[in-house]
Amino acid sequence: MPGLGISFGRGGATTFQQDLANADCIVIMGSNMAECHPVGFQWVMEARERGATLIHVDPRFTRTSAMADTYVPLRAGSDIAFLGGLIHYLLENERYFHDYVVHYTNAPAILREDFQDTEDLDGLFSGYDPETGKYGPHTWQYEGMDGVVPAAGHKEVFSEPGAGGHGKVRGKHITEVPRDKTLQHPRCVFQVLKRHYARYTPDVVSRICGVPKELFLKVAKTLCDNSGRERTSAFCYAVGWTQHSVGVQYIRAAAIVQLLLGNIGRPGGGIMALRGHASIQGSSDIPTLYNLLPGYIPMPHAPDAQRLAQYIHNNESASGWWSQFPKYIVSLLKAYYGDAATKKNEWGFHWIPKLTGDHSHMSTVANMADGQVKGYFVMGENPVVGSMNGALQRKGLQKLEWLVVSDLTLTETAEFWRSAPEVLRGDVRPQDIQTEVFFIPAAAHTEKEGTFTNTQRLLQWHHKAVEAPGEARSDLSFLYELGRRLKKLYADSREEKDRAIQALTWDYPTKGPREEPEAEAVLREINGCTVADGKPVSGFTELKDDGSTACGCWLYSGCYADGVNQPARRKPGREQTWVASEWGWAWPANRRLLYNRASADLEGRPWSERKKYVWWDAQRGRWTGEDVPDFIADRPPSYRADKGDRGLDVISGDDPFLMQADGKGWLFAPSGMMDGPLPTHYEPLESPVPNFLYGQQCNPARHEWRRKDNPMHRAWGDPRYPYVVTTYRLTEHHTAGGMSRWLSWLSELQPELFVEVSPELAEEAELENGGWCTVYTARGEIECRVLVTERMRPLRLGGRRVHQVGLPYHWGYTGRVHGDSTNDLIGFTADPNVSIQESKAFTCNLLPGRRSHDRRAAFGWEPWPLPPGVVEVPRDLEGVGPPEQPPQDKE
Amino acid sequence: MGLFALFSRWPLLRQLRNKDSTALGETAMSARSEKLAPRTVQADKVVRSICPYCAVGCGQKVYVKDGRILDIEGDEDSPISRGRLCPKGAASFQLVTGTHRVTDVLYRRPRAMQWERIPLHKALDMIAERVKQARDSTWESHDDKGRTLNRTLGIAHLGGATLDNEENYLIKKLFTGGLGIVQVENQARI
Ligand code: SF4
Ligand code: SF4
Repeated sequence: MPGLGISFGRGGATTFQQDLANADCIVIMGSNMAECHPVGFQWVMEARERGATLIHVDPRFTRTSAMADTYVPLRAGSDIAFLGGLIHYLLENERYFHDYVVHYTNAPAILREDFQDTEDLDGLFSGYDPETGKYGPHTWQYEGMDGVVPAAGHKEVFSEPGAGGHGKVRGKHITEVPRDKTLQHPRCVFQVLKRHYARYTPDVVSRICGVPKELFLKVAKTLCDNSGRERTSAFCYAVGWTQHSVGVQYIRAAAIVQLLLGNIGRPGGGIMALRGHASIQGSSDIPTLYNLLPGYIPMPHAPDAQRLAQYIHNNESASGWWSQFPKYIVSLLKAYYGDAATKKNEWGFHWIPKLTGDHSHMSTVANMADGQVKGYFVMGENPVVGSMNGALQRKGLQKLEWLVVSDLTLTETAEFWRSAPEVLRGDVRPQDIQTEVFFIPAAAHTEKEGTFTNTQRLLQWHHKAVEAPGEARSDLSFLYELGRRLKKLYADSREEKDRAIQALTWDYPTKGPREEPEAEAVLREINGCTVADGKPVSGFTELKDDGSTACGCWLYSGCYADGVNQPARRKPGREQTWVASEWGWAWPANRRLLYNRASADLEGRPWSERKKYVWWDAQRGRWTGEDVPDFIADRPPSYRADKGDRGLDVISGDDPFLMQADGKGWLFAPSGMMDGPLPTHYEPLESPVPNFLYGQQCNPARHEWRRKDNPMHRAWGDPRYPYVVTTYRLTEHHTAGGMSRWLSWLSELQPELFVEVSPELAEEAELENGGWCTVYTARGEIECRVLVTERMRPLRLGGRRVHQVGLPYHWGYTGRVHGDSTNDLIGFTADPNVSIQESKAFTCNLLPGRRSHDRRAAFGWEPWPLPPGVVEVPRDLEGVGPPEQPPQDKE
Repeated sequence: MGLFALFSRWPLLRQLRNKDSTALGETAMSARSEKLAPRTVQADKVVRSICPYCAVGCGQKVYVKDGRILDIEGDEDSPISRGRLCPKGAASFQLVTGTHRVTDVLYRRPRAMQWERIPLHKALDMIAERVKQARDSTWESHDDKGRTLNRTLGIAHLGGATLDNEENYLIKKLFTGGLGIVQVENQARI
């Protein structure tokens, strides 16, 4: 989500599903919305009925493509080349929205002289440190700046010694950044962008993506014709974009397209991120992620956060909304530690554990497989099926001392010790697995109350309908009870290390015969209150940095304003305007369409009557319109910041992206990204072809786990694995299947695993429709049925023909219907920004018939060597590339 | 039944008589189907909920009678879903009432071949002790340069994308804020 956060300021969809109906053109890319978000897709259909054009760009022809006006097949893993091609097209043909670009984006900002582009360095940006395999962003800065603080992403990269802002507040001179509003200066962002994408021509796009040139030009033209003052276009994406070694840059590329076209902050525009779980947006906002605290507050890193003041200096910005940072962190610490958090002890800041590098899921599992993790909690997740290299995950589970699984039913993860393939085959005996396993039956959504945050940042309360059966309990109740016990166990300790658990506030009111904690009390804590009287605050603007307020997540502050459970509001949609502001509650501050100040021109008037949304009411001296204005309500459009202004004073009347240090949409990201300020086409780690544009084959800052139990293929053109494979979801199943494969209604509709292949490939690989097929990679092999279909098409890349296959991934070895797990084929590799794996583009081979073994590299199988005469090819330029393990924090 | 009575039940005649050109109205009903009613009318309460699968966030109405769920249907009041549910959402009735639900706490001893049942409170006690033991034995107060770490890498957590925000809040608060567990992760990455 940092792709959106770094570009615009907040890591969430910029718009809401109903608003898609206002679009004049919708591009769906990296998503099969009709099948994976079926009910949301009605808004796309509604737009079509109103005359919008629908474009679907995807490796597979799906039901989404069937409804589209234009379907564009492209090679999995080549989307940045496609989007870069669009950027090239609209810059070359001057189809960008001039006034919007000049005033609302950082296009005029002038960069430092020592910035070097991938065009200069054959696929690298300046600032690459070959020793660590990481970038330092100091050469990516605006001229004369001491560093700007990104609104999202990796703020800590700047706090590293030598990186610029160590120990002092950055961004003081943001109002003095030289800008060239004629966009002519050779070092202004606009010109840099032009040069960066100069070679992403329609011919090159066609060559890399396998998209016919005319088709590409048709998309580019349609998109441009449907953007501007009178018209707007929207983009929708899902994990087809995020699950790549350059996934965050995919989203950045779309953000650049949409900023150039002036489609952000306006009705019918925006970028709709389609998330796959009921509360996945919520689990980033109130994160169960190692590197974040609630509200996208970064976890402290040991080298730079020994004291609160140092930590604050590294994370607050002198300008823009993040100048408010101290208020949010102090209020959070007050919510965590209550009275024990005092000014004298820095509000308990030292009790927050410190990071020293990457502690993401894949690193954790690798450590687990090496025996370094003793205990593991898995709640409502099934990593053995849902995560890459499932066999390595199981190897990790075997090395634990204890495992706690909380779920509705016995998932593969809960049963890894008795029904995993290696156990059934006899390679591993349960008697030899020492892991103790606890299974805690969980309550279903109808048996507990609480909020989900949906894909459009909307919190919706679900009420409790019935009591949970037997000993099933909500995770809320489980955690509450566990916390009480641990507090008791540590109550008498005098050790410093146990002060945090002693200080932790944990006195939630309970109700019902089972004395379960009240979810509403937790929601209240999340909303925040004034400490003295416990009164809920009405929003984050009331938070203080002097310990007088406590707030569990500043971003959600306002969700319990006036002591009312705002997410439980259910005024029927038909009794409201189309924005439906009184249904549920959206963060931030119930704004449904973000950055909506950009829906008005410089003077605050709507760009056009047709696309009217939020505007300046001069008489009342306020912003007003269809939605809650996403701006300082009474700041006139004519207001300009003065030199030397600080904090919120820096936000001028023409700064619609008020979370950003400079108030602008970032075409170019001077900070926050780990792998470059501009999206650049790199090949997936396993590709059929070399990188056509640069000597650097893959993302130079990617994470890689080079281990025997995680072997990789040749970087490109591996004769052992000639086909591109992409994984996906079906309508009738849900991720790792824990909530669908046990239901007869759903399992009947999609009973078993299959592989989609084109008739041409079926012929080449001698596969028969309905017959068996073995799919294998260096990590392992699986068997499945063959589905021969013209929906899959071979692509032409230059003179080469490339075949792609599609594999859903929902099956495993327990449940009502069984099958091999597709994720057993996938290796550990990751995007450096968010540590998401690359499961949407890798290579494989196919053999007709069922597999005879059940080979897994994680359990000692050695993949076949390269055939004689074929040598390994590098993924990187000389001296470039990730070190052995994911980089740890450097001195 | 007399011939006339039989004749007058002829659907075409009824259709003409009722001026029901599409034959979708009363004409289509039989004596039996006239008496049928959806099972939801028996509900003694209707509870508002949200579909637990994907992030579209469709509204659901949960029909309850005598403490048991009768049915789950789409909520036409929702401005997002307008009463619709996809196959998954429509199957959530089976998700919450199906026989696959495990309702006992289960425990597998080291090296055991089988699960055994244990009471919840006992499981909680055992887990709490194990957390303490693992935490205490892997605690890192400082790194080798003397910098404060205050953490453990000996315990990890995964999960959150299908949980409520309130639950995620307690996970982070207890595990990270209270116990110093760093490796707290969820599906948002996976
Ligand atoms: S099969 Fe699908 S479309 Fe048909 S009634 Fe059921 S849910 Fe609706
Ligand atoms: S009903 Fe279908 S589309 Fe709606 S939230 Fe549930 S899974 Fe998603």
